[in-house]
Amino acid sequence: MTDVQVKELQIHATNVRKMALEAVYSANSGHPGGSLSAADILTYLYGKEMRVDPKDPKNPDRDRFVLSKGHCSPGLYATLAEFGFLPKEDIKTFRQIDSYLQGHPDMKGVKGVDMSTGSLGQGISAACGMALAAKLSKQDYRVYTILGDGEIEEGQVWEAAMFAAHYELNNLTAFLDFNGLQIDGDIRQVMNSTPIDKKFEAFGWNVISIDAHDFNQIEAAVEDAKKVTDKPTLILATSIKGKGVSYMENQAGWHGAAPNKEQYEQAISELDAYLNELGGLA
Amino acid sequence: MTYQLGEKVATREAYGNALAEFGANENVIVMDADLSKSTKTDCFKKVYPERFINTGIAEGNMLTTAAGLASCGKIVFASSFAMFAAGRAFEQIRNSIGYPHLNVKIGATHAGISVGEDGATHQCLEDLAIMRSIPGMVVINPADAAESRLAVKAAIDYEGPVYLRFGRLAVPTIFDENYKFEIGKGVVLAEGTDVTLIGTGLMVPAALEARELLAAEGISARVVNIATIKPIDRELIIDCAKATGAIVTAEEHNVIGGLGSAVAEVLCETVPVPMLRVGTEDVFGRSGKPNELLAMYGLDAKNIAAKAKAAINLK
Repeated sequence: MTDVQVKELQIHATNVRKMALEAVYSANSGHPGGSLSAADILTYLYGKEMRVDPKDPKNPDRDRFVLSKGHCSPGLYATLAEFGFLPKEDIKTFRQIDSYLQGHPDMKGVKGVDMSTGSLGQGISAACGMALAAKLSKQDYRVYTILGDGEIEEGQVWEAAMFAAHYELNNLTAFLDFNGLQIDGDIRQVMNSTPIDKKFEAFGWNVISIDAHDFNQIEAAVEDAKKVTDKPTLILATSIKGKGVSYMENQAGWHGAAPNKEQYEQAISELDAYLNELGGLA
Repeated sequence: MTYQLGEKVATREAYGNALAEFGANENVIVMDADLSKSTKTDCFKKVYPERFINTGIAEGNMLTTAAGLASCGKIVFASSFAMFAAGRAFEQIRNSIGYPHLNVKIGATHAGISVGEDGATHQCLEDLAIMRSIPGMVVINPADAAESRLAVKAAIDYEGPVYLRFGRLAVPTIFDENYKFEIGKGVVLAEGTDVTLIGTGLMVPAALEARELLAAEGISARVVNIATIKPIDRELIIDCAKATGAIVTAEEHNVIGGLGSAVAEVLCETVPVPMLRVGTEDVFGRSGKPNELLAMYGLDAKNIAAKAKAAINLK
């Protein structure tokens, strides 16, 4: 990827972060921390990688995306808005009584959402079903999902991990947003799931460890996954919860809390400063 | 595949046979969680091995993977024992299949106390209640092999989630080849004027037998088969209430939440007439031979007839 392309993606990702915060601030509820940690992965997938078209969101040959950690819907909705699936002005209706932007993604109501999620551990299974469907129908689309690091404490994730390896779902790439924090604190203290890479390797996956905020590393990992012929790939993406907003970074308290007016304005001004630096401020 | 009147066949057998018979459609996928020999999905596997998916003993993953397949246009039958499909995977069914209204058919076998010797852990007596409570879920409990065959065909043709309930015990075939099954429609099997016996599943032949016991005492009982617990046939139930003035329901399920509750909901909002329920009385089952258990828990013609007389006395 050229430096210019990286910069373009960084601008998109910053816009995504701003809109994710706008959603949570407008709703006065929602999940900013994990939305911000996953923003670069979401941006790469929708902005560079996936074969999707906002004008034809149900095309049977499109790549699929499942937000297994469905509570990070502000990040997903912001990404869909940034790339033309929904009007940007709808973002502020998030979680309101008359909005289609539900607290957790609803595939029936939102253009571009391929699976309803929210109950942890299930999205990866649904992604397995989509990947298997491609194999059975001899279609070449790929399936992407993002897991939370707390989410993998759900036993169903490991049922799905066994399944994906057993059926050699090499068209499935799962990102694990490894920000190290869950609601009750450090994942190692709440319920230690490390070493995550070794566990997935033992389950028969191709595992690649990257920095979740480095677009060149994301690209290299995604391209590497495409070369694997007989295994699903886990991209263990070490991230910063709340990435991009100084007072939210690495704070478990921002898992599911909304900023007040002052905090929101500070966050936007920090992100705008970064946008300005990138030359992307409108 | 057709079944002779009176021929004893388990509805799970008919389920497996029907999957093989109607499974030619390339989009039909059958999943099982290591119970294919018991659920009889192996009948499908023999004919279409490339479209049979074993998930191993992981029902939650099976039901959610089924949702993913269905989101890509597949018609998925996901099978396990009723206890582990409706019970263990309830939340996966509710959130990943019911909420997005995906085209998944849950083929649940070994429902009810007639599972027999395996005992209470495997005798699901709550599945109708919990599946019925999911918005948009169709719930079908066929009475015999012939009706099971047609229910599978109807489920393939219907777009949306369906819960199909089958049994392990061989039960007499009561429908002939002229029977037309329709989702949401009950059928009057025998006319009568004093009381209506509404049965579902293997309690339908028991209700027909109860009608004979009552006739011997000069009581005229209508017998109705309700295979579709949801959406329930309101018109037929209202008609029965008006025509006979008393109702008895009979199901191989807890009296809480299943057919009896569904019928009571209709009656109390429309034509409230005396009504009594036959089912397990809010208790767990136990090990034993299927017919011994059915008699011990009052799931037989004798109890239906007794309840019918009691319901008539309440008029």
